[in-house]
Amino acid sequence: MLNQYPTWKYLLILFTVLIGAIYALPNIYGSNPALQISATRTTTVDTRTEAQLGSLLKSKKIPFRSMRLGDDGLLIRFSNVEQQLKASDLVKKELGDNYTVALNLAPASPTWLTDIHALPMYLGLDLRGGLHFLMAVDTETVIRQAYERYSNDFRGLLRGKKIRYLAINQHGQTLKLKFRTAALRDQAKNAIRSQTHDLTLHDEDAEGAYLIIGRMTKKALHNLELHAVQQNVITLRNRVNELGVAEPVIQQQGDSHIVVQLPGIQDSARAKKILSATATLEFRLVDVDHTVASAQAGHVPPGSRLYRERNGRYVLLKKRVIITGDRITHASSGFDQNSGSPTVMISLDGAGARSMARTTKENLKKPMAVVFIEHKPITLMVDGKKVATTRKVEEVINVATIQGVFSSRFQITGLSSPKESQNLALLLRAGALAAPIRIVEERTIGPSLGQDNIDRGTRSVIIGMLMVVVFMGVWYRGFGMVANLALVMNLVLIVALLSLLQATLTMPGIAGIVLTVGMAVDANVLIFERIREELRLGNTPQSSIQAGYDKALSTIADANITTLIAAVVLYIFGTGPIKGFAITLSIGIVTSLFTAIMGTRAIINLIVGGRRIKKLSI
Amino acid sequence: MQFFKEEPHFDFMGVRKIAITISILMVLASIGALATKGLSFGLDFTGGTLIEVGYSKDVDLPPIRAALEKAGFRDAVVQHFGTAQDVLVRIAPQEGQNASLLGDKVLKVLNGISGDHAKMRRQEFVGPQVGSELRDDGGLAMLIALGCILLYVMARFEYRFALGSIIALLHDVTITLGCFALFQWDFDLTVLAAVLAVIGYSLNDTIVVFDRIRENFRKLRRLPPTEVVNRSLNQTLSRTIMTSFTTMLVVVAMFLFGGQLIHSFALALMIGIFVGTYSSIYVASTLALAMNITSNSLVPVKKEGEGAEQKML
Repeated sequence: MLNQYPTWKYLLILFTVLIGAIYALPNIYGSNPALQISATRTTTVDTRTEAQLGSLLKSKKIPFRSMRLGDDGLLIRFSNVEQQLKASDLVKKELGDNYTVALNLAPASPTWLTDIHALPMYLGLDLRGGLHFLMAVDTETVIRQAYERYSNDFRGLLRGKKIRYLAINQHGQTLKLKFRTAALRDQAKNAIRSQTHDLTLHDEDAEGAYLIIGRMTKKALHNLELHAVQQNVITLRNRVNELGVAEPVIQQQGDSHIVVQLPGIQDSARAKKILSATATLEFRLVDVDHTVASAQAGHVPPGSRLYRERNGRYVLLKKRVIITGDRITHASSGFDQNSGSPTVMISLDGAGARSMARTTKENLKKPMAVVFIEHKPITLMVDGKKVATTRKVEEVINVATIQGVFSSRFQITGLSSPKESQNLALLLRAGALAAPIRIVEERTIGPSLGQDNIDRGTRSVIIGMLMVVVFMGVWYRGFGMVANLALVMNLVLIVALLSLLQATLTMPGIAGIVLTVGMAVDANVLIFERIREELRLGNTPQSSIQAGYDKALSTIADANITTLIAAVVLYIFGTGPIKGFAITLSIGIVTSLFTAIMGTRAIINLIVGGRRIKKLSI
Repeated sequence: MQFFKEEPHFDFMGVRKIAITISILMVLASIGALATKGLSFGLDFTGGTLIEVGYSKDVDLPPIRAALEKAGFRDAVVQHFGTAQDVLVRIAPQEGQNASLLGDKVLKVLNGISGDHAKMRRQEFVGPQVGSELRDDGGLAMLIALGCILLYVMARFEYRFALGSIIALLHDVTITLGCFALFQWDFDLTVLAAVLAVIGYSLNDTIVVFDRIRENFRKLRRLPPTEVVNRSLNQTLSRTIMTSFTTMLVVVAMFLFGGQLIHSFALALMIGIFVGTYSSIYVASTLALAMNITSNSLVPVKKEGEGAEQKML
């Protein structure tokens, strides 16, 4: 019998559409702007926090939709972004550093849907608002630092092995070791070889001496860059967590770039400052045996270095570092109980605490300095070209007399404002970046634009679809209505797949959906035109339907595969919003093939299949 | 409703010389526009800073320009974006250390104007290097897409068809880009995406026609090639018009209601669909004919493929 599907095929189609409808459903409920409050190691979020924040918001007259205590903390929902942002500032101030307060977009769908992981589509930054950064890792600086490290290591190594050298210098991306005799050079080479294979070593006889020219191997350079970028990704992730963002994206892109996306965040200036800061601390003893004046005159003692204080005065510090910032396990901002000035409370790890205890014991009543180190972006002229790089800025923020022996917990003062102490504490907690970074691309989308984009996108999908639906109905009558049904099915499936995959939906992504709606009927147009042709040739309605579907199939396949190729290439090479377009376009092509061929055939078979029919409504 | 009660009999191939002349002229004009005026690359490709703000009431641009100039942004481009309440400020890539902080400074200036608080809607900064990378990647993506499609069409059809469709594609892309160069419309990442979509779409159209030509060559062996092509074009004409029309409908909806952000995107698609429809009728088949396709030169279609597809339904 012509035009009849086996029962399992109807069931399969029905099942697919049903599942699609369920997973598309959360998008109708949408989501609410929310605050997610979670505890850090030292605190807990419980009913007390809930009551505390509830009364706080009520007293400040900020309305909220609901407040719920869950496994991952407290979730407060709001009606709009404005209330959410206002509440976020308040709650952060109330709870302080020991809680993480993150902006979130919480699905508003009923729990039975969230239980089966049916979530609304994941909206891109252009639809929900937020910050997007592309950061370039300054690998030049990393390489320079590596060469510096090598020259220091080799000095120590050769001294330890009693191999006399004339000089060890660093020239650009090479290391130059100078010796008086060839024998010394060979000894040195063996010593270095036993330590590392990351350098290629060449002999050179010049300047009346015997030289070794060392260069890092390609592999070593690559590993170095890779490690620096990966380390930075980890540090950035820590910092973003400190900033409070619910669903951040932090990813490596290419060899030396990192993408950071912070949905919901609006304060771009602060985010930038925190993310790109390479601040760290060093604790050093003040050199009290020599005067600053003689050092300024050029007589800097070999074990010391001249530093600048915040107020512009100079201070002479010992070169030996007591501890560096990476020994810090926890840092929180606060106010000094005696003076009321902003401070940062610091906790050290075991090794840091031991070193600090030993130093303070040996140097009681002597001054110690805190050096604040930061890499600032600058532009240099190199060979007539502008090159963006970073400069190391070292500043003594505090010199204080060691009043007693302390080890793992202490506080530092000398900060200019509470804001600064907060930022410093945050940076110390999150760790230092392995390499300085520069922001090379930045996009901030305000919340109002995001909502506008959603509204406009939805409107153009609906209007475009209505026009196509009306047109198809007029043109192909009964069969047109079947195609329309398939079109609605197609839209439901696209939304369901996007929700299931949690692929990012962007404005161009919506454009992709609109375009798919227009092009999806193409398959039906091809089939229906074929059926009309067959009817014109005098075939019976039943065989015309059969022939129409069969003959149009390979054409439809060819036409869609080529579009799919374009979409896939777009996905591979595109970035950000373009990827969103490619995703919806590809998904749309696949689902439209299913609905326009199998979907419409099933409906038509159900209606006319196996019956004696004289005329088709086409 | 139908366009044609019977199969239409337009003599498309009879006017192919005129059509090809028009096409060549259009392509040359486009290349000329691209060469002399060039594309007006948007922020994505040039780098620079862009700030879009919304005021609560209509604002005039001259005071904004004056204020920005006073603050040291001499070469800032200030324009309305969509409505008279929305203002877009664009600043070319600047030398100096904190290019990424520029946006915040501009925002401060904009906030101080006429005592009206400007709401930040969008702020973008693209480093010049990133811009040129995006440009190169975009061009590369276009070439690779073309290459992949060429391979696919060559595998499915004969090389003459493949060549015909690729030249038709280049024709469509060139004219679309030419329009953007001629009118100096902003060419940004979304337009690039639209151009790639045009590649897919235009090919879609061409393939449907070629499919029919191939089928007819097998069926109507005695007819001269010109007549076969003509019949195939006529048989697929309703479909070509229908699909272009429905796609055009949604793209126009996007153009009118989708907002400024996808304006250029929709515009590129509109041009692309129009040119693509034209080229699949005139350019692609004419080229295939010019390269002497005959019924004998066709690669036979594998029968087992069709059988398998039937079972699938």
